[in-house]
Amino acid sequence: MADRRNDRNKHEPWRDPNAQPYVRIENVTKRFGDFVAVNNVSLKIYKGEIFCLLGGSGCGKSTLLRMLAGFEETTGGSIYLDGQDMAGIPPYERPVNMMFQSYALFPHMTVEKNIAFGLEQEKLSRSEINSRVEEILGIVRLGEFARRKPHQLSGGQRQRVALARALVKRPKLLLLDEPLGALDKKLREHTQFELINIQEQLGVTFIVVTHDQEEAMTLASRIGVMNRGEIVQIGTPTEIYEFPATRFVADFIGSVNMFEGRLVEDLPDRVRIQSDQLGGVIYVDHGISAAPGAVVWVAIRPEKITIQRAQPADMRENCVRGVVKEIAYMGDVSVYLVKIDSGQTMRVTLPNMERLSDDERILWDETVYLTWHPGSPVVVIQ
Amino acid sequence: MARGRPRNDEFNSGRVGPLWDLFFRFGPPRWSQYIRSNWAGQRLVVAVPYVWLLLFFLVPFLIVLKISFAEFSPLGRPPFEPIARFLENGALQINVLFSSYDYLLHEPLYVSAWLYSIKVAFFSTVLCLLVAYPMAYAIARATPATRNVLLLLIILPFWTSFLLRVYAWIGLLKTDGVINNVLLSLGIINEPLAMMNTNFAVYVGIVYSYLPFMILPLYSNLEKHDHTLLEAAQDLGAGPVRSFFSITFPLSLPGVIAGSLLVFIPAVGEYVIPTLLGRTDQLMVAGLLSDEFFRNRDWPKASAVAIAMLLLLVVPIMIFQHFQNRELKAARR
Repeated sequence: MADRRNDRNKHEPWRDPNAQPYVRIENVTKRFGDFVAVNNVSLKIYKGEIFCLLGGSGCGKSTLLRMLAGFEETTGGSIYLDGQDMAGIPPYERPVNMMFQSYALFPHMTVEKNIAFGLEQEKLSRSEINSRVEEILGIVRLGEFARRKPHQLSGGQRQRVALARALVKRPKLLLLDEPLGALDKKLREHTQFELINIQEQLGVTFIVVTHDQEEAMTLASRIGVMNRGEIVQIGTPTEIYEFPATRFVADFIGSVNMFEGRLVEDLPDRVRIQSDQLGGVIYVDHGISAAPGAVVWVAIRPEKITIQRAQPADMRENCVRGVVKEIAYMGDVSVYLVKIDSGQTMRVTLPNMERLSDDERILWDETVYLTWHPGSPVVVIQ
Repeated sequence: MARGRPRNDEFNSGRVGPLWDLFFRFGPPRWSQYIRSNWAGQRLVVAVPYVWLLLFFLVPFLIVLKISFAEFSPLGRPPFEPIARFLENGALQINVLFSSYDYLLHEPLYVSAWLYSIKVAFFSTVLCLLVAYPMAYAIARATPATRNVLLLLIILPFWTSFLLRVYAWIGLLKTDGVINNVLLSLGIINEPLAMMNTNFAVYVGIVYSYLPFMILPLYSNLEKHDHTLLEAAQDLGAGPVRSFFSITFPLSLPGVIAGSLLVFIPAVGEYVIPTLLGRTDQLMVAGLLSDEFFRNRDWPKASAVAIAMLLLLVVPIMIFQHFQNRELKAARR
């Protein structure tokens, strides 16, 4: 861990101004008739990254991926891979491979044949093909299934065949379309880490498309959040979660309590925001760049709020009173929905660190006080 | 449960009155329930097609089989000697004559009719496949609205009698027919082409008539293809031609086989087309069959031809299809 910390520039090449991007997407636009699917997107992706395009359905993430693979032509802008302009190069001549959401395994071929298919197109010798197929089967741990047909495999095994089939070509760039979407929850978690291991082992650059923020968070070195064909924020999972740049990002990633307010005190190192929606003043211990009196939104994550029965001594800032309306016990955490005095409902999550009896636990219709640390809220202007 | 029929548990618990009780126990039988729950009822439904096949396929087949073993009588039609009968001394006499079959094997006319039929059917099937595949592919790829129009156009000719359509080809192909006249008037040819009563006319007739039977199974197969498989093939470096031959074509084999059987089997036994359009010096099996029945009035020989046709063609095809189906079912799941 210490090594990784010291080696920041190697692991986070986007922080190094001298690093050369491996994939350059410049002002790429895609229109289908009147509909703009991808709108003027520019991205720099570095070698060895796992870059996640995250967004809801119809946000243009899959279209962007299909343009990288060559299945769709760009309407405007250009894509460079390792310095080479990809315009006009058909999918079968690109050094890019894709893992399809449905896996798209050839049903009439065995696992072995499926994986060898891509190598056969490169006109390699039989022995070379065999040894590479064997090697990749070992990496994805499917050696004993080589002679099976796809329908004789489980979902997780099929997913690994699809991965092996794409990786065996040693692509410069691997595109993954919702790679874990078809797996059940337990298998997903396991596979996520396996995917990262394989990626580190082979050093291939991954671009992953997903609508699942959890998948994006665990896999990605960086996430690009997309909305309506545009990239709204690029950052590491931590940056995206802790410092969302817009209301959309704050709302889309995780759950959040969002309040509209007005900037009443604006100093370089702290701000105060008066919010009628909250019914109080929010004090934030870092500065923001907005004029006094500007309308801003404050986002507070449910896990960063404490819930207590006792009234705090100082109620003026970062504190509201409310009544518990709903409690959802999820096992690891409990989610409380608290109706605060202004009429809004706030969501608070509480880790279940101890087993509490019903007398100790906060229950329905109790009056509670919600407080948070001045470092917790995020203020967004748009 | 205030109104309507009482539920079963209410009925059993005795909460309903004695009148209801009597009605349920001795009332009219409920047929729907009877059939749904009853083993015999289920069998009855399944039995209907079997009874149909027994009465209208197996029994006639056995009659024909029986006649094929009979001796040629001067009258040439029934009654024939029964296959088995008890003599006066109680002995069982069995009359099974293989002479008709023996004749089939040794008479060059029959052998050549057989070979010719199989040759014509084979090349017709291949031609049908070559013409139908691009058509079926285009229909499967068309937008849903266009697709319906195209399918309708494929089925449209069925609304005219088959016989009439074959007759229409005479008008097109004959020496002073439409095709020759057009080509002559355009100056492409100087003298009319002899197209009628040739192999060419037979192929045209068969390919034209049976094309829908090839297109429809191919279409219904191709239409189900997952387009992402082709994208995957392209992504892995296969160009359009390679993708077609290594993905689309192998996956369409069930459709190819179904269509080919639907064309090949009736083409071997085709009677109308070779009779109207075909060569006068070479018969196909069906023509031979009809000649034996109606011209020579030799029912045993005609029956033998029919039986031989069935055994030589249908049985191997059934066995082949059985194994093919099993394999393809496993592969497509």
